[in-house]
Amino acid sequence: MENNTNSNIEKAIELIGITKTFGNVVANKNINLDVYKGEILSILGENGSGKTTAMNVLSGIYAPDEGKIIVNGNEVLIKSPKDSLKLGIGMVHQHFKLVDVFTAVENVVLGFSKDDTSTLSHKNSRKFSLKEAAKEITLMCKKYGFELDPYKKVYNMSVSEKQTLEIVKTLFRGVDVLILDEPTAVLTPQEIKKLFDVVRNMKKDGKSIIIITHKLNEVMEISDRVAIFRKGEHVATVETKKTNEKQLADMMVGEKINLEIKRSEPNNPQDRLFVNNIFVKNNDGQMAIKGVSFTARSGEILGIAGISGSGQKELLEAIQGLRPYETGEVTFQNPKENKPVTFYHKTLKRVKFLASMNQFHYKDGTPVSFKGMKDKEIKELVNEGKVLFNKDEIVDLKGLNPKEIRGLGIRLSFVPEDRLGMGLVGNMSIIDNMMLRSYRHGKGGFVDRDRPKKLTKRIIKELDVSTPSAETQVSKLSGGNIQKVLVGREIALIPKVFMAAYPVRGLDINSSYLIYKLLDKQKQQGIAVIYVGEDLDVLIDLCDRILVLCDGHVTGIVDARHTTKDEIGLLMTKHEEVQ
Amino acid sequence: MFVTYIRGVIRVMILFLFGSTGEIITEKSGHLNMGTPGIMCMGATGAVVGGVIYLKAIVDPTTANGFLAIIIPMLFCLLFAGLTGLLYCFLVNTLQCNQNVTGLTITTFGAGVFPFVSNMIGSDGLSILSSSFYIRIFPKAFCEANWFTQIFLSHGFLVYLAIIIAVVALLILKKTRVGLSLRAVGESPATADASGIDVSKYKYIATIIGSCISGLGGLYYLMVMNNGALEYNIESFGWLAVALVIFSLWNPGIAIAGSFVFALFYQLPKFISSSGAAAQIISLIPYFVTIVVLIVVSLFNKRETQPPASLGVNYFREDR
Repeated sequence: MENNTNSNIEKAIELIGITKTFGNVVANKNINLDVYKGEILSILGENGSGKTTAMNVLSGIYAPDEGKIIVNGNEVLIKSPKDSLKLGIGMVHQHFKLVDVFTAVENVVLGFSKDDTSTLSHKNSRKFSLKEAAKEITLMCKKYGFELDPYKKVYNMSVSEKQTLEIVKTLFRGVDVLILDEPTAVLTPQEIKKLFDVVRNMKKDGKSIIIITHKLNEVMEISDRVAIFRKGEHVATVETKKTNEKQLADMMVGEKINLEIKRSEPNNPQDRLFVNNIFVKNNDGQMAIKGVSFTARSGEILGIAGISGSGQKELLEAIQGLRPYETGEVTFQNPKENKPVTFYHKTLKRVKFLASMNQFHYKDGTPVSFKGMKDKEIKELVNEGKVLFNKDEIVDLKGLNPKEIRGLGIRLSFVPEDRLGMGLVGNMSIIDNMMLRSYRHGKGGFVDRDRPKKLTKRIIKELDVSTPSAETQVSKLSGGNIQKVLVGREIALIPKVFMAAYPVRGLDINSSYLIYKLLDKQKQQGIAVIYVGEDLDVLIDLCDRILVLCDGHVTGIVDARHTTKDEIGLLMTKHEEVQ
Repeated sequence: MFVTYIRGVIRVMILFLFGSTGEIITEKSGHLNMGTPGIMCMGATGAVVGGVIYLKAIVDPTTANGFLAIIIPMLFCLLFAGLTGLLYCFLVNTLQCNQNVTGLTITTFGAGVFPFVSNMIGSDGLSILSSSFYIRIFPKAFCEANWFTQIFLSHGFLVYLAIIIAVVALLILKKTRVGLSLRAVGESPATADASGIDVSKYKYIATIIGSCISGLGGLYYLMVMNNGALEYNIESFGWLAVALVIFSLWNPGIAIAGSFVFALFYQLPKFISSSGAAAQIISLIPYFVTIVVLIVVSLFNKRETQPPASLGVNYFREDR
């Protein structure tokens, strides 16, 4: 398996027979892995394949149940991150480990003790001098080509700056082995290029770099060798030169998979949702959406691209009615042509109002205004379906709360970014989570548990959710299965507009493609789909049109069939005032 | 009259200062210790126990040695408060109990133990020992020289100890590596851990030291404010000390000024010799001011004045 014919190559790290379990879950099973000095090693695997766990064992976050770790030829015991740093192993975690209220330099010197003599700053480690440390940071930035202001507070930093700081922090400790966990997940194509340049500089400097990722193109671009993980096991290590994306993908999944997203043609697109020049504030009271306008059409997927934090969340929340907007308007064209009206969605008052606007007619086409009729008669006409809508109903969503938006028959479905935070309640069972959307139905004061139970069983079956039972707590499921439950619940409502924010975040390839397929299916059924995504390749392959957000402005709406990643990447970073 | 008022204010302020400095240090490690009032009670209990042990040993209270009369109750006070802090930390950090529940339990526990123990073992003669505590550290003639020395320099040593502790705590938090690490532990234990800081060690040491300092408040209450007479009102002072932590935005320096302000209002009814409803309303001012401070702080929404980010959240490294 190993192409280790050259005996001159020195091993920096050897993992021998590492096993790690969490309760009943085997996260790592007998992992054997070598890391050479001065190489870039990619660790490739789906979510839950144990890549991060193995590296967390190496960096002292998790203690392995079995196995040996050999660093520079000596067997070592790594009990804490401190031990690992002393051995010259540093890790940049996917979720940054930085103290928000500290400056860059304070974060860098954090945890430095007097006896850390193996480090770059041994000169000043005796005393606590932020000034000296800041100087060294500037020097280091020059050496590797970083840009970082040592006195900037972390909470003022962009994601890219935070990542730079994390790398500087580990380099400052003089690490020889740098582990980067999903480093490109939140970066723009341009920032990724910059990061890769830095990584190559570090390699030139003789350091070993381990990059955990599931993005095949990046693996091919940056790494010397690729270690593939599958279901907690290390399947193989191959030289990048001697492989290709297809082969890697097959090894990663363990079966032949089709990496193409099947995009159907738009299904009779009609304007469905109009967003006109809205301004929305974020939680900190700053403008997150600064005059955004667009139209979402039925039978079409509208992608929203942008660096995370460009206002995607605020935009969707405003449409859904979860967040107020002062200026601008959101209107919804409700396709109700010649359809019966029911009191399920409308109050008597509203029906009377609409009738006075000539919105209803009898089946034979004569208009009805309900003038002079008694409430009881109106109800009878409506309930028996003798009265129909004249035409599409245009509804102003402004000022309506989410419940009213649903109640009016406008079914915006929303998959929030933060799955467990807003979409589901972690400590409740799957059925109970289904009931969050239907608890109002039922007899008297009691809730109806039968329908949610059936829905749960259907979702588990149709979306292939792996769960011990329908009564299992949602928080006990894996990320992918949680997402399936959430998406399943939302599309079960057969919405007219379906908004999904990062629905594949943290999902493995198979689950991701299942979600893409589901989205495409919604589109074929004539639903207007709005998809907020991170992976530009996917956006280009899946969507019909892509709206690019940058700092709260729309910097462009492009045709997904005729665009390139670079074009979108440039639009994502186009920082100029847009009228 | 004014001089007497301000002197009285300083006497009360020191109790708040001990309590809140200890709580600030504890909270900086991410432990929201609602047990502070109880820990102050435990400190007072220790002082009673220590005092009685010493009194039993010397038989005749009038022969008490000034130094031993101070040091023995003080050691017992630190022991009791420190052990209670250790218990809290063990429950919260090692056994991962809920911090609020544990803290409140400790408060109820301490508030019950203090009267029980001191009634059981009796406290005759404590007032004689207590005289050692408020002996002025400067000569009498100097203390009476002018209004300034009368207000600020005519107190017992515990008053100055409290201020020194607060200043030292401030310097450690702001200027040293240990302080930086402690703040990191309270803000983001996962970050501190990944940086090689022993999070548990910091939490334990900060909580125990913080508890000892809060405990000294109990000693001060018993020996200085009440001259050794048993009063069981520490708990309400303890809650004011907890409120003061919020008022001072987790900064021991502001806590010095804050405790003065709190004591100013606390003593005001006595100074203007009002009684009844007016006095009650005035003594409510500290609580009211705390609420106002919370509102003002949240309006400005400045990150530096927020409580430690992981305050009240237990840390377990292998949490997934």
